[in-house]
Amino acid sequence: MILSRREALVLALGSVAAAAIPMQALAAVDEAVAAFTGGAEVVTGPGVVLTAPEIAENGNTVPIGVEAAGAVSIMVLAAGNPTPAVATFTFGELAGAHMASTRIRLSKTQDVIAIAKMPDGSFVRASSEVKVTIGGCGG
Amino acid sequence: MANDVKPRVKVPKSAKAGEAVVLKTLISHPMESGQRKNSKGEVIPRSIINRFTCDFNGKNVIDVAMDPAISTNPYFEFEAMVNEAGEFKFTWYDDDGSVYEDSKSIEIA
Amino acid sequence: MKQRTIKTALAATAVLGLAFAGMASAEPVDDTLVIDGVEIVTKAAGAAHLDGALPEAMSGWHFRDTETRAMQADDFDNPGMIYVDRGLDLWNAVDGTEGKSCASCHEGPEAMAGLRAVTPRVDEKTGKVMNIESYVNDCRTTRMGAEAWGDKAVELTDMLALISFQSRGELMNVAIDGAAAPFYEKGKEIYYTRFGQLELSCASCHEDNYGNYIRSDHLSQGQTNGFPVYRLKDAKLTTPQGRFVGCVRDTRAETFKIGSDEFNALELYVASRGNGLAVEGVSVRN
Repeated sequence: MILSRREALVLALGSVAAAAIPMQALAAVDEAVAAFTGGAEVVTGPGVVLTAPEIAENGNTVPIGVEAAGAVSIMVLAAGNPTPAVATFTFGELAGAHMASTRIRLSKTQDVIAIAKMPDGSFVRASSEVKVTIGGCGG
Repeated sequence: MANDVKPRVKVPKSAKAGEAVVLKTLISHPMESGQRKNSKGEVIPRSIINRFTCDFNGKNVIDVAMDPAISTNPYFEFEAMVNEAGEFKFTWYDDDGSVYEDSKSIEIA
Repeated sequence: MKQRTIKTALAATAVLGLAFAGMASAEPVDDTLVIDGVEIVTKAAGAAHLDGALPEAMSGWHFRDTETRAMQADDFDNPGMIYVDRGLDLWNAVDGTEGKSCASCHEGPEAMAGLRAVTPRVDEKTGKVMNIESYVNDCRTTRMGAEAWGDKAVELTDMLALISFQSRGELMNVAIDGAAAPFYEKGKEIYYTRFGQLELSCASCHEDNYGNYIRSDHLSQGQTNGFPVYRLKDAKLTTPQGRFVGCVRDTRAETFKIGSDEFNALELYVASRGNGLAVEGVSVRN
């Protein structure tokens, strides 16, 4: 394949743009985490459990669940979405097990992140990659 | 919008005192994300339910802040501790100011 | 001449694509659909009239992922059930110049039990192929003095959901003889005709390649017993003919219109390929 100068330029610009998007998304994730934690340290650990399918049949409706015994609240982020915020579950005094399930939108294959705020002010994180398939039949 | 929205909730008819019960809710709502474009290429403005709460006899069970990544027809499953007979109240808050409510009572077996 | 070349190239790509997909074949999932303790028949011996073209009829449910199958196995988790509720509101709503609702004549929607399993069928009086959508609109225009709902109106899919749900568990038993015979033959002809730039017939995907992947989509037999379906992609209900439009469009062809003679015949024929499978009420698919 022989590229004209213009084509080469377009390709080069395209790759710059493609590289810039994940960095923006990462910054947005960091911002969302900071807003939730107030800058406190977040440790990855078993204190919070994130249940998500390994492969989602359609990214428009992906079932996920979070659980963290004793947690005050759990924030869910989708790191690869145009905006990463998904939901924050805050448990009231009459909550049973501190768990919740819902269905979410994932724009592409990406990490889903759950961060639980514990009563002692510490934060625990779990994440799981969900592969989003693109079906053959738009219908 | 508001006349198209229909909540469904699933609450057991009865529970033992001190038992945790599983609750499920579903509400018909497009959850327009603000990311989509119409056929003319114009961005369709965001219009979502941004908060859901469940209370039992006036005390909170769960309070959910919702973002546009929640799917159309939002679904939640969670647990509530039941110590006495009473009424669950479910409330959804729409971006447009509408508030949708449903309630279900539970007895102590 | 140039156009011809492009067409051939595309057809070759399509064939190649399917050949690739064949390598990534995956069997339909061996599982049992139980909704609220009631088992739903999702596999049946292939209908005799197919002469062995389908050794076994299988609901599209078997071709979906664990999470999607689970969503249909619980009436609360199934988002399609919202539309059954909405259909019930419509059933009871007075509309039109006669001041009637569906309930005025039929009382409860359970009066419609069984209808979904035997439609599309040929109406004795008019000789036309009728599906549930056409029965609903016929009632609206001739008895209620109301306007027909449009092909894609949510009211029509809500009513289809409500009425289909009344027949859940009943086995599909669409007539193909007598008055239905010419429509069956016409539908069969359409089923095996290659359409579009990709030159694909219904059979190319749903008879010759079910169980294989087309890109990452697990091809089913294209059975209609589960309709209306709540598609996770659309987050709303789709009718059989609405799905036909998508399928034919995906072959890069101009599609027939919903309610056309062609699609009515095709819906009757496709439904008959699933005779013996249970009506699912409202199903969940990707």
